Amino acid sequence: MNLLLTFRIAIRALGRNKLRSGLTMLGIIIGVGAVIAMVGIGQGASASIQSQIANLGNNMLFVMSGSMNTGGMRGGAGTSQTLTPDDAAAVERECPAVRAVSPGVSANGQLVYGNQNWVASSRIQGTNEKFPDIRAWPIETGEFFTEGDVRTAARVCVVGKTIKDNLFTGTDPVGLTMRIRNLPFRVIGVLSTKGQNQYGQDQDDTVIVPYTTVQKKMLSITNISMMMISAISPAATFTAEKQITDLLRQRHKLGANQDNDFFVRNLTDVAEAADQSSKIMTNLLASIAGVSLLVGGIGIMNIMLVSVTERTREIGIRMAIGARSAAIRRQFLIESVTLSVVGGIFGIVFGVGASIIISNTLGWPTLVSPWSIFASVIFSVFVGVAFGYYPARKAAGLDPIEALRYE
Amino acid sequence: MLEAQVVTETNYAADPLLGPALITLEHVHKTYQMGDVEIHALRGVSLHIDRGEFIAIMGASGSGKSTTMNILGCLDKPTRGQYFLDGQDVSTLSRDELADIRNSKIGFVFQGFNLLSRTSALENVELPMLYLGVKTAERLTRAKEALDIVGLGDRMHSMPNQLSGGQQQRVAIARSLVNQPSIILADEPTGNLDSRTSVEVMGVFQQLNKERGITIALVTHEPDIAQYARRTIVFKDGRIKNDYLIKDPRSAREELESLPPIEDDEEDEE
Ligand SMILES: Nc1ncnc2c1ncn2[C@@H]1O[C@H](COP(=O)(O)OP(=O)(O)O)[C@@H](O)[C@H]1O
Ligand SMILES: [Mg+2]
Repeated sequence: MNLLLTFRIAIRALGRNKLRSGLTMLGIIIGVGAVIAMVGIGQGASASIQSQIANLGNNMLFVMSGSMNTGGMRGGAGTSQTLTPDDAAAVERECPAVRAVSPGVSANGQLVYGNQNWVASSRIQGTNEKFPDIRAWPIETGEFFTEGDVRTAARVCVVGKTIKDNLFTGTDPVGLTMRIRNLPFRVIGVLSTKGQNQYGQDQDDTVIVPYTTVQKKMLSITNISMMMISAISPAATFTAEKQITDLLRQRHKLGANQDNDFFVRNLTDVAEAADQSSKIMTNLLASIAGVSLLVGGIGIMNIMLVSVTERTREIGIRMAIGARSAAIRRQFLIESVTLSVVGGIFGIVFGVGASIIISNTLGWPTLVSPWSIFASVIFSVFVGVAFGYYPARKAAGLDPIEALRYE
Repeated sequence: MLEAQVVTETNYAADPLLGPALITLEHVHKTYQMGDVEIHALRGVSLHIDRGEFIAIMGASGSGKSTTMNILGCLDKPTRGQYFLDGQDVSTLSRDELADIRNSKIGFVFQGFNLLSRTSALENVELPMLYLGVKTAERLTRAKEALDIVGLGDRMHSMPNQLSGGQQQRVAIARSLVNQPSIILADEPTGNLDSRTSVEVMGVFQQLNKERGITIALVTHEPDIAQYARRTIVFKDGRIKNDYLIKDPRSAREELESLPPIEDDEEDEE
């Protein structure tokens, strides 16, 4: 007796009790749906962290002046004036794990164009020409300032998208002159849109000028408040951190028992840890959802067992008219696999639907991967076979005479 | 009461010229073990049934009729003794081989009809052919044919609960004959039916036996019903007490024709 016929017998048998079939499937629907939705949420979170990592720049580290010890920040980052442009040059020259360095100084102040002005939280950032590379933040129109502009402390600037939209009301500002802290600057470029950082700050609300310009023309200082550093690879950020620390301690002539007068923040490291924890979260969510799938499977076994008892007479009839034990076993197995697979398919629809609803209503990013769909289908087949086997074997082992006599 | 005469207590040994009997039971014993107690359901039954016979099996309750039917139907095996069906010793066969024999050589009709519920008459009749692996088109043709034979060609899409008891039993008979079995075994097929419906069902059996030469063995404890068969075997305490031919069996068809027509069989019970 071939499989197709057994399949037909099983489908007919399932069709005969639609309510029971439906209730049995419900467990699997919820289980598979939960797995897909949970994994979708987890992977969505992971993907958004990944994109934030990419947003941070190329394997980035910050070095801030000031210090930090176990008791917390002493003095506060950037408050002491320990970093110099020479430190930045030395880091770039002497640390093998470092690819590029930009000194950083920043200032606040009013931006004016014509009769428009814009303060908001605008930051005036002083950097060198390597900024777009280090931050992985390309120019959209115009160009970035050059090494020559840095050397001569030129009054040129590059603005972020928010400033273009607000101060210049959307018109292309390249070539125009704006005033920063009352000094005229020529706008030479507009940065591409970066969006919010992980703290929700608008990164496009910024204007970038040569750091030398900030030092000499705005603040009259010679030190820098920080360095932006790009390591040669994500893995090298840790080595870079160590090399930078050693070099700066040496340059700042710090004794063995003295604290650092700067601190290094490895953004990639932090981000990777966040990514790691989101992956753990995904696995955790998936395991919890997996448990519900398991419960769904036990539900199938439960109902299949009840069904075997309820249908004892049917089994007796089938055996009397010539069904072999194997045919009975296959019928019940196919019934449970069909329930779990059809349940699984509905579960996928339910899970994808739930993911969409979650991401729309709660604003969480979700990402339903084909892989999780594939895995849940495979898992439902497995559940069907695993939890259908025992009831099926029980049915096949019945004695036809007793089964026929069953009331 | 008994209209037919007891002809003889014959020994239906196989005739060497006619080849082996359809069924031969040789000193069949069946013993059930109930804890410490042994129940001897059959204590040495020897029996021959030829092709084309129509046998009524009678006897008091507990005399071993159903046990014999189960053994004849390959649902059970003798504890001792041998059973030859179509010349083949079936007492030694495996579970699967017995299932195959039930499928192709034996048709069952039960007291309680035993149709699959929520399954149309047609699908119920198709069932034995599903397990034989008959192709869909042929399966349909044969199932419809069988339903036509029992006079239910027009009710093939009805569910069992839409059919009267007599109609359900006729569906069961159609199911039992659809694989062209060597013998149809019926354990008290009229036990749940009123007398008129019983006559109708016996009419179907007589028609199958006469027109198609199908061998039939049925259990009944109503002497009236036994009169429709052509041979009676009487059991007592696990042995055959009496085995005789009925010289002039009753004809269900003639009796039905002489009865005033009643519609109750045509109406649904539910
Ligand atoms: N499965 C069984 N287990 C124990 N005893 C049984 C079983 N089946 C039948 N018997 C006993 O065997 C005897 C014959 O039973 P059965 O063939 O059913 O009688 P009948 O059909 O003639 O009424 C009875 O005493 C019955 O109680
Ligand atoms: Mg009985």
